[in-house]
Amino acid sequence: MIELREISKKFGAVQANDHVNIKVDPGTIHAIVGENGAGKSTAMRIAYGFYAADSGEIVVDSEVRRLASPQDAIALGIGMVHQHFMLVDTMTVAENIVLGAETGTTLSLDLREAEARIRTLSAEFKLSVDPRARIHDLSVGQQQRVELLKALYRHARLLILDEPTAVLTPQEVDEFFTILRSMREQGKTIVIITHKLAEVLAISDDVTVMRDGKVVGRVRTKDTSAAELARLMVGRDVLLHVHKPDAKPGGPVLSVRNFSVTTVEGAKPVDNITFEVRAGEIVGIAGVEGNGQTELIEALAGLIDPRRVSGDVVLAGQSLHGANARHRRELGVAHIPEDRHRRGLLLEFGLKENAILGVHYRPPITTLPGDIFLDDGEIRRRTLDIIKRFDVRPPNPDLPARSLSGGNQQKLIIGREFELNPKLLLVSQPTRGVDIGAIEFIHEKLVKLRDGGCAVLLVSAELEEVMSLSDRLLIIHKGTIAGEVNPTVATAAAVGLLMTRGH
Amino acid sequence: MGEILNISLISSTIRLSTPLILAALGGLYAERAGVINIALEGLMLAGAFTAAAVTYGTGSPWIGLLAGIVAGLAIASIHAVASIRYRADQVVTGTAINILMLGIPGFLSGALFLSSGSTPQIPKEHLIPWTPIVMAFAAVPITWYVLYRTPFGLRLRAVGENPEAADAAGIHVARVRYAGVLLSGGLAAIGGAYLSIGQSSLFTRNMTSGRGFIALAALIFGKWRPVQTMVACLFFGLTEAITIRMQGVVKLPSGEDIPVQFIQMVPYVLTIVVLAGFIGHSRPPRALGRPYQKER
Amino acid sequence: MRLLRELFFPVVAVLSAFVVGGIFVLAIGGSPWQTYSLLIGSALWWPDGIGYTLFLATPLIFTGLAVSVAFRAGLLNIGAEGQLYVAAFATAWVGIVFAHLPAALLIPMCVFAAILAGAIWGAIPGLLKARFGSHEVINTIMMNFIAVAMIGYFTQYHYRTPGDPIMQTAPIGPNAHIARLGQFIPGFPERVPLNVAFLLALVCCGLVYVFLWHTKWGYELRATGSNPSAAEYGGISTRKQIVIAMAISGGLAGMVGVNEVLGYRYRYYDGFSDNYGFTGIAVALLGRNHPVGVIFAALLFGALTRGGVPVDAFTEHVTKDIVQILQATIILFVAAEAFFREGLRRWVKF
Repeated sequence: MIELREISKKFGAVQANDHVNIKVDPGTIHAIVGENGAGKSTAMRIAYGFYAADSGEIVVDSEVRRLASPQDAIALGIGMVHQHFMLVDTMTVAENIVLGAETGTTLSLDLREAEARIRTLSAEFKLSVDPRARIHDLSVGQQQRVELLKALYRHARLLILDEPTAVLTPQEVDEFFTILRSMREQGKTIVIITHKLAEVLAISDDVTVMRDGKVVGRVRTKDTSAAELARLMVGRDVLLHVHKPDAKPGGPVLSVRNFSVTTVEGAKPVDNITFEVRAGEIVGIAGVEGNGQTELIEALAGLIDPRRVSGDVVLAGQSLHGANARHRRELGVAHIPEDRHRRGLLLEFGLKENAILGVHYRPPITTLPGDIFLDDGEIRRRTLDIIKRFDVRPPNPDLPARSLSGGNQQKLIIGREFELNPKLLLVSQPTRGVDIGAIEFIHEKLVKLRDGGCAVLLVSAELEEVMSLSDRLLIIHKGTIAGEVNPTVATAAAVGLLMTRGH
Repeated sequence: MGEILNISLISSTIRLSTPLILAALGGLYAERAGVINIALEGLMLAGAFTAAAVTYGTGSPWIGLLAGIVAGLAIASIHAVASIRYRADQVVTGTAINILMLGIPGFLSGALFLSSGSTPQIPKEHLIPWTPIVMAFAAVPITWYVLYRTPFGLRLRAVGENPEAADAAGIHVARVRYAGVLLSGGLAAIGGAYLSIGQSSLFTRNMTSGRGFIALAALIFGKWRPVQTMVACLFFGLTEAITIRMQGVVKLPSGEDIPVQFIQMVPYVLTIVVLAGFIGHSRPPRALGRPYQKER
Repeated sequence: MRLLRELFFPVVAVLSAFVVGGIFVLAIGGSPWQTYSLLIGSALWWPDGIGYTLFLATPLIFTGLAVSVAFRAGLLNIGAEGQLYVAAFATAWVGIVFAHLPAALLIPMCVFAAILAGAIWGAIPGLLKARFGSHEVINTIMMNFIAVAMIGYFTQYHYRTPGDPIMQTAPIGPNAHIARLGQFIPGFPERVPLNVAFLLALVCCGLVYVFLWHTKWGYELRATGSNPSAAEYGGISTRKQIVIAMAISGGLAGMVGVNEVLGYRYRYYDGFSDNYGFTGIAVALLGRNHPVGVIFAALLFGALTRGGVPVDAFTEHVTKDIVQILQATIILFVAAEAFFREGLRRWVKF
């Protein structure tokens, strides 16, 4: 159906794809697996004409093709569902589906005809959705169906799906896989990009494994195992558990009672949550993304308008009611945010100026007279200290943060937050988009901080990560705590069940 | 006060709204495509000057109007290329065009007419006092239809809301944006031409005197929708009509005129109030002002 | 090396604008060589040329700084024009109402009035953005028109000398006048209105530099401009920063009133600003939003404005409008820097 031959692609200095060869047979479900940043999405975006390859060729139906834009790909029967949905929120389902492939004439858009075709397709592939609904009124699962319909509407024979299950609950995943299988029955070819091995084994016929921009293996799913795939992905045997001594928890540091967050629209992403984190323990929060984790952490960090937050938060005996982000930091709350580019860094600023974010306004960073001026010597010293202790590379305090790799950016943030000697550390997705070496380093540092008596509240979308790092594990579902388990005894399956069903 | 509200006030309101409607609808095409257009003022000046100069030279207002439109397209294409192709800040580019169009008419009229910024008087029989009015009020339903009932309109709105999504759907984002900005140039230029060869009979230095900005205000006031924008233009036209009439008409008991400055402020104050969300919220197209470029 | 890289594109932009301007001149049958030699020559002629160039650069340094400070906070202040009008009027008002006070008191009061009035006029759109999220670009445009109408009203109805046909206020008291530099420099004629405000402009550049890069407040302002979400995370109130930045920006723009009212015309003259506020955007842009760059850019634009006068007088067809064409073209080329970057990449492989 489609074949990528010797595809290479560079973004700036990063070699995203390095002589990549992928061959997808017609009528199969082909999984492309690899760690974050392995180059899976880049390869597939090239196949969809979204990026232009630096070199190499693309063969569709045994003919070499030039794909200069998505339009060329669409014309060849290739459709793609991006990880972040490509939908116009304010428009209707039908408008989104016909966009770029409009029915009617130049002078008159015929949405009625389109709606009829959408209904037929919906029935054929069991993708029920109302063509007249507006996108912003739909659930994430429904939006995904719109994306699939968009591709099918354009007569796609090959569907490329980029991390399609990241936003779905396990139930929805099952349903989704049923849809994929029925599509294969009807002769469609499907490429699914993922880093979840269980899903690969459950759905695919063939697997291509990528690492560091290269293809490192291609196997038939029925001839392989999770262990083999993991080995290929990581390049060595995978460390499944973090080595950590048992926790010796002390008194409660953070206690959260009847805690809720309400959005401007009136939704409650966090709904009446009560829990405690003690000194010297890591409490993990597991859950499907979008179940209130983000809002919970941001609210605890003081980043959500206090008028939209209710309930009690007590830090080491002191109420945090009404305390803003700055005040909370002063009281000993450190925060490693889930999105380091959006929240954690001033990308254009140097490492120096990033290293003082949050403490920039007080001694020793400021100096006399009146603690108005920044002490450049002190700032440099502090930055070099963080760089050394957290192995930030390249070790140049004047470089802009943008020029660092994801792992080094994360280490800089972690170093900065650890400098606070926090009583409580709020940490979200500590290893997202971080290379393997740095992941281990970060895990070790978190455990060390815990052993130093800090209370750690950890959120991660990687079930393995929360299960192996946490001393206690809370499961969040639709903004409420669905249960608590002991991660050393609980199985992933049991946790998964709580993540989806609530109680 | 009774004598103020009569037929002649209505007719002058319509006349004064015409350039605003044309420019505001022009702005609508650019901004719904995601390109801020504070260059409306300059585009109107381009249309006004070219239309007057060419009408004077050829004796035909139709050729003059056409030339004005071409000038508007040409100047708009500068805005388009700078802000779409080269991702320049759209507000900055727009400001540059406004400054440019303060300079070019003066520069050219100095050379062509040996004047300091105005064209010679155009004979009355060469003016078109009615056509632009008809065009302005016809442009409203046409714009509505184009926006909501044609594939082009769908693409225009998509590009202004979420260019990534439009791109992924195989739409050439830059091309649609070019079209939006060029349309704004053509329409604003007609609005300007109306000032010089419709309402009056020559071009004078900076004759738009801020109408491009009022049109922009009307566009925001009208929430980037064609019919509401027209209503806003009519309202702003009315305030202008009243300002003109009140000079020397209404006296305070002390014998002073009611300061026209206060009525002049009305559109601007209202725009601020509307933007602040006091009279219904006015939400701009989501990608407004954001150049689109994907990594390549 | 870094400095060279910073300078490269602005210089290329200016040179390209001169080429475009030359084409305009050629198109109407003029001589670019004659035009430019008049333009540049007269701007550099001692003492009048240089004196006027510096005098005309003074308001542009203030507005260029104003736009730069706002820009560093992620805001585009295109309301400097309105801010400087309000400020100039406030300056004149203090100079008229408190004319009897001694100079040592009156002058600081006038300067303070200029800064305060500009700051308030700038802070309003800042507050509107912080409180309601409404876009500062639109609001500053609107505030420009409101300023002009409001000041026009005060001038016309309350502070005009009865019978004066010109829209201007009564003169300020002589105690409010600030010194012209001719008083200090031998051989420099006092008729050139270059005054102490020029020195104040240079001082402001120094203050802005120290403020932005060496104080915690400047850090917070720049952090807000660089990434507001991250600034919030770092305990910075971005709403407060937006208001502060707009107030500082407005205050700097307001300093134009000191040059105009206390140092030049000694009264408020309606419509005195030669688009200073808008040209300030060009100055900031060309000066890379850095105080030192702003000084050089303002000098260039001041020289152009000065040079426009003899161009008007001594060429057959070319009018001083060429200056506006040059200014606009410079802005376009600086704003669309990618144009040169891409061109350069094609010629020289980096």
